[in-house]
Amino acid sequence: MRAYFGRRYTLSASHRLHADALSEAANRAVFGKCNNPHGHGHNYVVEVIVGGPVDPATGMVCDLVELDACVRKEILDRFDHTNLNMHPLFADLVPTTENFNIVVHRLLKAAFTKAELTAVRVEETANNSFEYPVPGFPSPGSPHSHAKGSAA
Amino acid sequence: MILLTRKAEFSASHYYWNEAWSEDENVRKFGKCANRNGHGHNYTLEVTVSGEIDPTTGFVVDLKQLKDVMEHEVVSVYDHRHLNLEVPEFKSSIPTTENIAIAVWKRLDGKIPGASLHRVRVYELHDLFADYYGEP
Repeated sequence: MRAYFGRRYTLSASHRLHADALSEAANRAVFGKCNNPHGHGHNYVVEVIVGGPVDPATGMVCDLVELDACVRKEILDRFDHTNLNMHPLFADLVPTTENFNIVVHRLLKAAFTKAELTAVRVEETANNSFEYPVPGFPSPGSPHSHAKGSAA
Repeated sequence: MILLTRKAEFSASHYYWNEAWSEDENVRKFGKCANRNGHGHNYTLEVTVSGEIDPTTGFVVDLKQLKDVMEHEVVSVYDHRHLNLEVPEFKSSIPTTENIAIAVWKRLDGKIPGASLHRVRVYELHDLFADYYGEP
């Protein structure tokens, strides 16, 4: 039977929202306080959901230790206690949490092969959270479209 | 259609052990979870149902009925129990979070008046959970 396993990780990083294509005034208008030249930081929560058949021998979708190790190597070691703007992956990308979410998904999709990466959610604060990919609207009595997964 | 989620909590003990494996294999695979004396968690159960809103009541489901079904079918059976030793479905399957989510689904499916079961989520810890959507 197919089930999903979810795990939450935390990392702290700074960022500044600034688009080179916009004027200084437009940046301030669009990004407000987030455009502060010296940046600011968040304690991000990265929630990773993977899916797959439950192994009858272990009762598990995947080995938690392997998922933890992969997320540590690909995400936490790379981004924790760093400035996202300085990272090459954000050289041409505003490090909004939307873009961060998509980057995290792309890195894990490529690196974690023991189960299907179903979704990544990132909480920037307790009030702001993001999820990628977007699950389709579920139909009555049918499995959540998480099952299909989808990666862009 | 709309989704509605209700939470419940239960506290239970368990251990992970595959009888087909040697002790060494079990310890290697399951680590501390293979301690035969067991250990416990405060589990949080989230049951999400889907349905149409009844125009008369404005409800998708009667929350009292949902609460009672969850209490009767799951919480009263799992709470303050040793899952491996006292809950029948875990005689033949290891009470991992994934298998608990599946077992809860089987206990609830078809028993919620007026709504369909959409998702069962079981938190073993605040940062570790499993979801089951009834998929084969």
